Amino acid sequence: MLNFQITQLLNYPITQLQNSIMRYLPKSPADREKMLGNIGIKSVDDLFSPIPAQYRLTRDLKVPRQMGESEIIDYFRARAAENAEGYSFFLGAGAYRHYRPVVIDALISRGEFFTAYTPYQPEIAQGTLQAIFEFQTMVCELTGMEVANASMYDGSTGAAEALLMAVRVTGRKSAVVAKTVHPEYREVINTYVQHQGLPVSYFGYLENGRVDMADLEKKITDDTACVLIQSPNFFGTIEDVAAIADLVHKKGALLVVSIAEALSLGAVKPPVEADIVSMESQSFGVPLGYGGPYAGVLATKEKFVRQIPGRLVGQTTDQNGKRGFVLTLSTREQHIRREKATSNICTNQALIATMATIYMTIYGREGLKELALQNLSKATYAAGEFAKKGKILFAGAPRFNEFVVQTKDDPKQINDRLLEKKIIGGFPIGRYYPELGNATLWCCTELNTKEQIDACVQAVGQ
Amino acid sequence: MAYPKDFKYTKEHEWIQVTGNTATVGITSHAQESLGDIVFIELPKVGAQLAAGKSFGTVESVKAVSELYAPASGKVTAVNDTLNQTPENVNKDAHAAWMIKLELSNPGETSGLLSADDYEKYVAEEK
Amino acid sequence: MSNQDIKKATRHISQNESLIFEHSSPGKKGYRLPPLDVPAVDPQKALGTAARADLGNMPEVSEMEIIRHFTRISTWNYAIDLGMYPLGSCTMKYNARVNEVVVRLGGLAEAHPYQPEKTAQGALRVMKTLADCLLDITGMDAITLQPAAGAHGEMTGILLMHACLKSRGNPRKKILIPDSAHGTNPATAAICGYAVENLKSNEQGMVDIASLEAQMNEDVAGLMLTNPNTLGIFEQEIHKIADILHKKGGLLYMDGANMNALVGKTRPGDFGVDVMHLNLHKTFSTPHGGGGPGSGPVACKKILEPFLPKPVVVEKADGTLALDYERPQSVGRVRMFYGNFGMHVRALSYIMANGPDGLRQTTEDAVLNANYIRKNLQGHYDLPFNTPSMHEVVFSDHTQTEKGIKTGDIAKRLIDYGFHPYTVSFPLVVHGALMIEPTESESLEELDLFIDAMKSIARECQDDPELVKAAPHNTRVSRLDETAAARKPVLRWKP
Repeated sequence: MLNFQITQLLNYPITQLQNSIMRYLPKSPADREKMLGNIGIKSVDDLFSPIPAQYRLTRDLKVPRQMGESEIIDYFRARAAENAEGYSFFLGAGAYRHYRPVVIDALISRGEFFTAYTPYQPEIAQGTLQAIFEFQTMVCELTGMEVANASMYDGSTGAAEALLMAVRVTGRKSAVVAKTVHPEYREVINTYVQHQGLPVSYFGYLENGRVDMADLEKKITDDTACVLIQSPNFFGTIEDVAAIADLVHKKGALLVVSIAEALSLGAVKPPVEADIVSMESQSFGVPLGYGGPYAGVLATKEKFVRQIPGRLVGQTTDQNGKRGFVLTLSTREQHIRREKATSNICTNQALIATMATIYMTIYGREGLKELALQNLSKATYAAGEFAKKGKILFAGAPRFNEFVVQTKDDPKQINDRLLEKKIIGGFPIGRYYPELGNATLWCCTELNTKEQIDACVQAVGQ
Repeated sequence: MAYPKDFKYTKEHEWIQVTGNTATVGITSHAQESLGDIVFIELPKVGAQLAAGKSFGTVESVKAVSELYAPASGKVTAVNDTLNQTPENVNKDAHAAWMIKLELSNPGETSGLLSADDYEKYVAEEK
Repeated sequence: MSNQDIKKATRHISQNESLIFEHSSPGKKGYRLPPLDVPAVDPQKALGTAARADLGNMPEVSEMEIIRHFTRISTWNYAIDLGMYPLGSCTMKYNARVNEVVVRLGGLAEAHPYQPEKTAQGALRVMKTLADCLLDITGMDAITLQPAAGAHGEMTGILLMHACLKSRGNPRKKILIPDSAHGTNPATAAICGYAVENLKSNEQGMVDIASLEAQMNEDVAGLMLTNPNTLGIFEQEIHKIADILHKKGGLLYMDGANMNALVGKTRPGDFGVDVMHLNLHKTFSTPHGGGGPGSGPVACKKILEPFLPKPVVVEKADGTLALDYERPQSVGRVRMFYGNFGMHVRALSYIMANGPDGLRQTTEDAVLNANYIRKNLQGHYDLPFNTPSMHEVVFSDHTQTEKGIKTGDIAKRLIDYGFHPYTVSFPLVVHGALMIEPTESESLEELDLFIDAMKSIARECQDDPELVKAAPHNTRVSRLDETAAARKPVLRWKP
């Protein structure tokens, strides 16, 4: 197993590359000679004369030397082995480990899907367009909204874009965000709004883990464009969306609901009272992949469709009356509106959305329900066992597949102990919620076995 | 192309028909031809105050958006809501498909605009 | 209909395939879960009023139908695996298969972003190694891999500029953007709270230095430049441009979309750029996937380093890697976690497969290919700028408009010849633009087929314009009614 350090592979001086053969480049030396002759120049360097001489590189780049395919694989295998592999696993907090049916990669590995371009030429992109149309439909069905877009970068930027959309729709200039929204989502929102003159205020939570409606009522003003909540929230608790919507709407603001664990929609009532839903689709067949790429999606009511950012696929017909699909309402977007666009987003996450579409199709109406129930059951069992070794916070309101445990010991010490037993423990949340002391957020999905849960609880208790 | 004689025209291809203190505004046939199929028109609300030369809305085709510029200052007294459902009416007959009606704040302003003949010349030169 | 000149493509058998919902019926199943090994929870009891009754019209289909459905619709797509995409500034190059293998290795694919750092050293090492490579490629001092795409990187870069200028006392109000710029540039500037001021191009298609001099003042934060620009032309006075900006305390941002003309031959950091973004899904071969995901790392000079989004990957004294959050001047996060790690893996794999010589040869082939096309289509299509082209060339439809044919029509007819269209009607500084970037991934054979096709279409424009205007003729669907789609949007299937 080769272990490359970058310094071992450098080769600074210019290498003789007159006839460099690189397997991705489909030209022979004879081809290049022919082309140079056709153009009427002596060497390809003539084509680089527009670059002022003092800026032309006269050495090799400091990158690893050209490697054979087996060497590349060995390098990354070594990196993969440096990451804990085969551990049992209890992390959630915005990224969820669910089983990925093999059909997903079998299909999206088709070159026609993954090496295709953005479907700006619909006649030769109906595959991508139809898959996204199906994605949009399924997202509507699951979230209870009327229209959905063809994906944002992720749940965090989706939440930020939803906030900006609410500002455009209402013409109001501030927002109120729940403290139980994922801390990193809130950081991203802050980055996005800081230059838009958009003040954001925050409201707290109660002992049952749900948002403090009294605090919310105090914070909403006539200039509040929207209130943003997450459900299930960062603690895993499911909010009373209907009650919150009531209050928010009475004040003339919009309700934005962010969903980090999309699978919750298999068991939990969708937030139909929301005006905008921002969802992270990672749970639907997208690998954890150390944090990305994922895919966010915005869904909303039809009346707001012209303010929704990102790509939209619409159904239409061709000249012979045949059904087909096109990108539509493009005038919202950057390539036409430029500085007046609803967003600067160009590339989206189409391939990830296609993975999610296939996942949602594989499980479907009954499977998503069954899968969600398995998650609910595993987490309920685990919480019951953990209750014997620590305090389960936020009892008194329903949860999905995450829960918070408060312990006497420092969560970091506990997790270190667990690591020795090849267990990756929950996410310590004290740094974001110091008022909760030694608190850890635990997640159980269908992939956690009873044995793993029992072993973990035992190790924690020691 | 016959441009109605009783309209006045702007260089941004809006027309305005003035009767005393009130006026009706739309875009010209040349404008709708350059835009192509119109898919959406964004107009102000009744009561909005417009300033001459400033944007008061947009016209969208599939691939482009154009600003609408007010030919004169005034308050919007009526908006043609049918254009919401059928923006294609502007393509069919741009000079009949009015967009907004105004109560002019400065009726003298429109004297600087182009007559039908001048506008026709202007369009021919643009080409 | 004269299709004898079409050498590359023939009609192909393509199935009709309905929407997945139209295959659905109750009782069909595409999954099998292992049995539950803990007590089953009654959702009504556990969730109460929060319990979901039904999943409505979600589909119910078998695995066989799912495989057939998505396989069939995939055959309706054009793709790089099938042929050339001459799209300007998109850099549609080969998406290497080894990239797809390494990104799926268990330890990398299944790593959770919140895994303790000591169990994520492999992932952090990949990010650090990629970062080091990209720093040398760009000639910059510091880098963030967090942005999810080019536009996201642009936003990050402008935020860095704003923070830096603010720390010096005045963030300023305006950003200058050339009229040839990609739409994301002005959209991004606006999102960051800057007013956009247009900068004219001169007759050679480059930045008009006199205009820049006149417009540069203490209200201008900087210039967003693409180099080579969207006409494929290298800004030969780039040092003057950088000087004018720096003299008045402004910064130079470079949109790195066209790096495929520069890698290994020159470095933006050397010619005066302060901050730039890269598009890993362009220059570094990560796949387009039908519209994403991308990845838009942002590299910058030392002066901007304190403001980078947090966390930053750092190497500790003991040689291990860690995520550094102690960054008091950071602009904050631009997204959760650390960036599109899956794209970082692929980009590093690409760099390793090439090495320094491969990267340089790639750039040379990209520029050679574009110039070969320019030489052979000159005379058949109008070339608005005489200035040398780098990796892409822009023609106009001026000659063809005399017969009433526009660039969009020519693009549609190119589809019948078995090619994806070039970039239509962009950049805006050229009326009726045809923007062509072949990339290094095209063989001489494919280039000649493309040139033949374009020449043939030019002839058709003269001899049989109606044929071109009504194209495409050989596709599964003919021109689609985009007007109806925009007037009465139908954005989902309904039962």
